[in-house]
Amino acid sequence: MGRITLDKVSKSFGAVEVIPPLDLTIEDGEFVVFVGPSGCGKSTLLRLIAGLEDVSGGQIRVDGQDATTVPPAKRGLAMVFQSYALYPHMSVRKNIAFPLRMAGLDAAEQERRVTEAAKVLNLSDYLDRRPGQLSGGQRQRVAIGRAIVREPAAFLFDEPLSNLDAALRVGMRLEISELHERLKTTMIYVTHDQVEAMTMADKIVVLHAGRIEQVGSPLELYRTPKNLFVAGFIGSPKMNFLTGPEADRHGAHTIGIRPEHIKVSNDESCIWRGTVGVSEHLGSDTFFHIHMEGQDTPLTVRAGGDVELYHGDAICMTPDEAHIHRFDANGLRTD
Amino acid sequence: MATQHSRSAARLMMAPAVVLLMGWMLVPLTMTLWFSFRRYLPLRGGDLGWTGFDNYVRFVSSSSFWPSIQATLIIVGGVLAITVCFGVLLALLLDQPMWGQGIVRILVIAPFFVMPTVSALVWKNMFMDPVNGLFAHLFKFFGATPISWLSEASLASIIMIVSWQWLPFATLILLTAIQSLDSEQLEAAEMDGAPAIKRFWFIILPHMSRAITVVILIQTIFLLSIFAEIFVTTQGSFGTRTLTYLIFQRVLESQNVGLGSAGGVYAIILANIVALFLMRIVGKNLDA
Ligand SMILES: Nc1ncnc2c1ncn2[C@@H]1O[C@H](COP(=O)(O)OP(=O)(O)O)[C@@H](O)[C@H]1O
Ligand SMILES: [Mg+2]
Repeated sequence: MGRITLDKVSKSFGAVEVIPPLDLTIEDGEFVVFVGPSGCGKSTLLRLIAGLEDVSGGQIRVDGQDATTVPPAKRGLAMVFQSYALYPHMSVRKNIAFPLRMAGLDAAEQERRVTEAAKVLNLSDYLDRRPGQLSGGQRQRVAIGRAIVREPAAFLFDEPLSNLDAALRVGMRLEISELHERLKTTMIYVTHDQVEAMTMADKIVVLHAGRIEQVGSPLELYRTPKNLFVAGFIGSPKMNFLTGPEADRHGAHTIGIRPEHIKVSNDESCIWRGTVGVSEHLGSDTFFHIHMEGQDTPLTVRAGGDVELYHGDAICMTPDEAHIHRFDANGLRTD
Repeated sequence: MATQHSRSAARLMMAPAVVLLMGWMLVPLTMTLWFSFRRYLPLRGGDLGWTGFDNYVRFVSSSSFWPSIQATLIIVGGVLAITVCFGVLLALLLDQPMWGQGIVRILVIAPFFVMPTVSALVWKNMFMDPVNGLFAHLFKFFGATPISWLSEASLASIIMIVSWQWLPFATLILLTAIQSLDSEQLEAAEMDGAPAIKRFWFIILPHMSRAITVVILIQTIFLLSIFAEIFVTTQGSFGTRTLTYLIFQRVLESQNVGLGSAGGVYAIILANIVALFLMRIVGKNLDA
């Protein structure tokens, strides 16, 4: 079981309030991702849940039990750190067995659990190596191994993939998702990368300056972002925002449209016109940055890989009316 | 990338330093070896020619030889034990955030800047004097009979004085080691269920092992040759005559340069034996 409830939890460092009081419930077995820009308080929130920081106010409950003042080891949560935090002088086997040893399990049981975890994580051949002799991905797996042998109520991950190269990151993303499928244990995962959030989460919590901006499934956030911040943060490339007469025409202060919801063509019968600036050809897709009269920032538009338009070409754009997001002067969604 | 040219230029540039250092080391060493085979009594006839291994035999067969080796090893071992143990404790303490940290750290390091003769004199006259010393007053305050430290507990007193001088060095090196420990490792251990004492034993202490090795090796080099503390306090009496002090007495008090030089060669051998043992015991911490 691993149902975690935050009730008006807040955190200040000295006079600086990093996390204003917030409420959040994480259901048992859920994969929850905290996402937000750097410095928004994701790690702090995770460390509050882990017990590595004391809350300044509010209550944390694990499975209905008040855990606010319970020491970290007794909360039944396991954490995977960004730096992996492996013990460099211990072999992989000893690293993974460390929590079991601290719990006083007998040697046979330790060995059984370590072997099992090593099999799951493809570490069987490396058990006698030191962390220093492993690659980044393998170290990451050892850190995860150390977490799973404890059979915790929930896993906490703090940007576990940010030290890996792009290819490994995609691989480990899949592995962690598979692990969640198999264990069905609650996982809380912190990242600043919205792609990780979109691909892995059952539920995304978007944080901004310590506040929760929106909670929802990846597609909910993509389809109906509650405000400008979420709209701009979720989705890659970013949503385009237009103000002025175009927005007025839609009865909003600001309208947003994603790059994938704008069609480009050469013909004359269109609503928006512009000139092509930089174009990024990815093969499967092409992203055009289009300069429009009256807009400071260029619009990003996604087109197929075979659309041949070049710098300086005049271009014609047709937004998909059904996918236009409307926001009021306070940046809140109006419909 | 070093080219052929830049490498030979580098050698040329380094040559003066290397030659100077070699000379610095080789000249005294050769002279010691030379005198150790000669009968040389500066005040009683000067250089009286070769004597073969006579000096070596006489030095070892003297009744003060083995006690001096013992005293040397006890002092080195005692000071190492005290400085490493208390060094680790002090380093742990100084690593904690506290009020007035900067001042406290400077105070802790201060004894290292006091010259050995001065600190030995201060200890001898202000602390350990059986009549006027601070310890004597303290003992009397509690109704005990003051100990005359330097004669009744002579080795322990010297170990105490030397430890006081070297504790700052150990503390400083061990403190930097503790500070370089990634705090996430400690947090991970905490989450893994390790209480403070186990975190110290399984995480902090192994992390410091290399620094402890460095402290032990460097201190041993210096401690094998401590002299001023003994000269100022006991003059080698009451069982505090170390090998270094014995050599000093042979050369300057007995005016026998040949015998003293033979003792110097034994000191080199002793230092190497100690180094060999140390490298066996703690040297592996320096790898990797
Ligand atoms: N121990 C601390 N003392 C003071 N301020 C801190 C401390 N830890 C974090 N902060 C501040 O809290 C804010 C949130 O930090 P953090 O949770 O690490 O952000 P994130 O993980 O989202 O990048 C930052 O502005 C940071 O400077
Ligand atoms: Mg962080």
